[in-house]
Amino acid sequence: MFCIMAAFAVLVARLFYLQIIERQEYNRLSENNCIRLQSIDPPRGMIFDRYGKLLVENRPSFDLSIILKDAKPLDQTLYRVSDFLESTPQELITKVKRKNGFQSYKPIPLHQDIGRDVLAMIEVNKFDLPGIEVNVRPLRHYIQRGVSAHIIGYLSEIDPKELKSGAYTDARPGDFIGKFGAEKTFDGFLRGKRGGRQVEVNATGQVVRVLNTVEAQPGNNIYLTIDQQLQEKAETLLGGLAGAVVAIKPSTGEVLVLTSSPSFDQNAFASGLSLKQWRTLQFNPFRPMENKAIQGEYAPASTYKIITAIAGLEEGVIDTSTTFYCPGFYEYGDRVFRCWKKGGHGTVDVFRALAESCDVFFYQVGQKLGVDRLAWHAKASGLGAATGIDLDHEAHGLIPTAAWKKQRTGVPWQRGETLSVAIGQGYNLVTPLQMAVLAAAVANDGVAYKPLILKSIESADGKIVFRNEKQVLRKLPTSRRTMDIVKRGLWEVVHSERGTARIARVHGINISGKTGTAQVIGRRKGDTSRKIERAPHQEAHAWFVAYAPSEDSKIAVSVVVENGEHGSSAAAPIAREIIKTYLQREKPRILTEDANATDRLISLNSKPNPDKLEKTNNKSQIPNNKQYPMTKNTNSKQRFGIDLSNH
Amino acid sequence: MFDRRLVQHFDWGLLGLTLLLGAIGIITLYSAVTAGAPTPEKLLYIKQIIWFGLGLTAMIAAFLFDYKKLDQLSFFIYAFCVLLLICVLFFGKLVSGSRRWLMLGPFTIQPSELIKIGLIIVLARYYAKVANTGGVGLRELIIPVILTALPFILIVKQPDLGTALLLVLIVGSVTLFVKIGKRTLACIIAVGMVTIPLVWFFLKGYQKGRILTFLDPDRDPLGAGYHIIQSKIAIGSGMITGKGFLKGTQNALSFLPEQHTDFIFSVLAEEWGFVGSVGLIILFLMLIIWGLNIAYGCRDNFGIALSFGVIVMIFWQVFINIGMVMGLMPVVGIPLPLISYGGSSLMTIMIGLGLLMNVRMRRFLPE
Repeated sequence: MFCIMAAFAVLVARLFYLQIIERQEYNRLSENNCIRLQSIDPPRGMIFDRYGKLLVENRPSFDLSIILKDAKPLDQTLYRVSDFLESTPQELITKVKRKNGFQSYKPIPLHQDIGRDVLAMIEVNKFDLPGIEVNVRPLRHYIQRGVSAHIIGYLSEIDPKELKSGAYTDARPGDFIGKFGAEKTFDGFLRGKRGGRQVEVNATGQVVRVLNTVEAQPGNNIYLTIDQQLQEKAETLLGGLAGAVVAIKPSTGEVLVLTSSPSFDQNAFASGLSLKQWRTLQFNPFRPMENKAIQGEYAPASTYKIITAIAGLEEGVIDTSTTFYCPGFYEYGDRVFRCWKKGGHGTVDVFRALAESCDVFFYQVGQKLGVDRLAWHAKASGLGAATGIDLDHEAHGLIPTAAWKKQRTGVPWQRGETLSVAIGQGYNLVTPLQMAVLAAAVANDGVAYKPLILKSIESADGKIVFRNEKQVLRKLPTSRRTMDIVKRGLWEVVHSERGTARIARVHGINISGKTGTAQVIGRRKGDTSRKIERAPHQEAHAWFVAYAPSEDSKIAVSVVVENGEHGSSAAAPIAREIIKTYLQREKPRILTEDANATDRLISLNSKPNPDKLEKTNNKSQIPNNKQYPMTKNTNSKQRFGIDLSNH
Repeated sequence: MFDRRLVQHFDWGLLGLTLLLGAIGIITLYSAVTAGAPTPEKLLYIKQIIWFGLGLTAMIAAFLFDYKKLDQLSFFIYAFCVLLLICVLFFGKLVSGSRRWLMLGPFTIQPSELIKIGLIIVLARYYAKVANTGGVGLRELIIPVILTALPFILIVKQPDLGTALLLVLIVGSVTLFVKIGKRTLACIIAVGMVTIPLVWFFLKGYQKGRILTFLDPDRDPLGAGYHIIQSKIAIGSGMITGKGFLKGTQNALSFLPEQHTDFIFSVLAEEWGFVGSVGLIILFLMLIIWGLNIAYGCRDNFGIALSFGVIVMIFWQVFINIGMVMGLMPVVGIPLPLISYGGSSLMTIMIGLGLLMNVRMRRFLPE
């Protein structure tokens, strides 16, 4: 009883304090309704490329809004402010009317990103514009318009579904969140945490006192694995044609290039896309919004012969001594399967078959293997399945089996279809990324790493908080011997006299690769012409997958040019330029790594005598430094060999 | 069956107080929801009138039968409420991060409210038995601790720390009231003094932060702290006589959060001032004293424990809610009995009051 009386006495005492003693102060605060909450948006983290080149930053956007409660007279204020903007007073009035009757102390946005000149004029005339408010908001700025757009991604306004999903905990309507690419995948790291302040405002809405502040926590910075300079190069090389370029570092799986062409301007998304802009992007026949490197599914064409060769060697249906005669066609059942070379290749073994891309050779390998054994090797090599890259909408591709066809179409597998599949036509579908991972795996003697786009995450004050590690995706079930045979064949593609990718040769660098020409429509029966009149969109897609240097590879590349016709002419030169640029760019780095490695080796072997150590160090450094300018392109293979064996 | 004496002893005073408080609640709610922007919430007060009608029915149902029959049913009632709490965790409606409500046709019910009555009844039965055999020692406390811990954990999971702690307060008060042994009490206090710092030591940084914010809303100036400032402005600006019915400005501009549920007292204090607020507090005080009288006038242990349980439930809710909106207490979702909007809360309180009436009108009946 006593306790209860005491408790109620406390309540009454508190009431007395608030309503009698402090009544003047609270009444004053209440009259203006002047305690308000202002949100402080956290600066979103920046994005860099692998070498620390800034790709995405935030620039200030000055947004104009109006607070109805303070803007009196309203019409006059809107007329005045319209002088400084591109909008007519009527437009502003309708904008405001739409929100009228709605909490009058909340700012209604009038115009976003007004620019510094308009801002200056508004500030000068501030006292004639009651209730007009300018807020600075960080706006996402993609420094190189369009370059790497698909991998970096873009921001867009959060939609009600995402708000409800609970995945974006302190998001509010109107917030911009990552909607595509790395901006989406790493949104949680980039976003930061919202802050705010309690402020007291006067009758005209100006802040007179800050009562309490919670600082916003800026988002983390992201370092991607991509090489922006190389990305730019790839985009220039594609020249706006529909296509994709992927380059991977075979020893780690880091993605150096992931380009899809044509590209789009991410800055347009950051400041809100108009309906017209959106439609233009949506209905562009070259599909700029699609990331063709991971979403594009293409028939692998002759690049698939890598798989057919591996399967044939592993299953023992062919060996290095196996030869087939190619007269330019192959009769199977009641059908004639043509080789791309009308006159035929003559007698070919597996090396020549790869180098010259002989279809007849691989028809027969495929026929001996059967579709299911072929499919098993393709799947074991990672085709027909997503690689698990940290990007949305990755396509799976398709590797057909007899059971799959029966289930899908109800028609049993025709044995002739195996022949088409063996040369990468038919139902086969792969993505450029899958082929790049395959090329990297072959370069790596069978070890495939998961393709990574994130190198590291850094806090806003520059401390590394996360460093991505390489992860083995799979080991190809392929013997060393098979690998060596296939690798030699792929080297011959570029370097033998009649190799299909002679065009990809670069002085001083050993490149291995495979061309491919994926027919978009099958030729009609009896059509023997090499080139017939075809609409551009019916031209074949050009493929080239490659890795270089041929031993201890530093880069694996896959290129697709839609309707580019021939892999050798359209895709191989692009891959060549990417490889050349990257290796030249990396050379100084590799050389210094070399020198360091040699130093370490020497210091480990030598006795712990400081004098001697210094001497040997000097000795080993000087020739290396001198050698560099002279041995620009020669002897590079050996040098790379030394580099890795020392590690 | 129906004894004439029952009608004679019917507690008209308690009924009158209930109706009076209910009416004040609906009037304040009307002001809280009709001011400001037109929203679907405008019709909440009609919904509340319907709930009040249902509450009256439940109240009548709660005094028509002899409360001694609850003795046997107590465990089933408790189990049923716990079952509802389990259902909430699986099928509950997710509102701003927590699952507290079950959808039942047009109405939503909040099982964490109903469990209060369930717990009070089951504890009353247990303590009535224990009291017959002697005082309450540590061993006798095991069962109440289990009975409380079960719903406590389920409610913390929702998460609704405020309501969960309210359960502990109710059980603690009832336990103290049934004459706990002095040594037992000393034991509990000692254990508590040792455990709390230990638990604190093992908590992670963000958990500590959450508890500190719970205790001190100023640590969260953008959330709870802001609500309390607005609430204090509303109350303080009511001054001595208030701004008048429907004239509250803080409320009209939607500065007050949850002004129809947890912060309803701020609306009342702004419009009716010190006079009105103290008046409401006095009415609650009368209700509580009335209830205590019923408890003291009862002759069987079950009835005493039962009515005392209902009284402490009302007391703690009033004290915590009003203390909270004035910035004296942590910001927890505890509604003001009979005044705040919310069907389950209203039902729970009115069933409780019905049980009080039940005890009162049967005090002279032979065993």
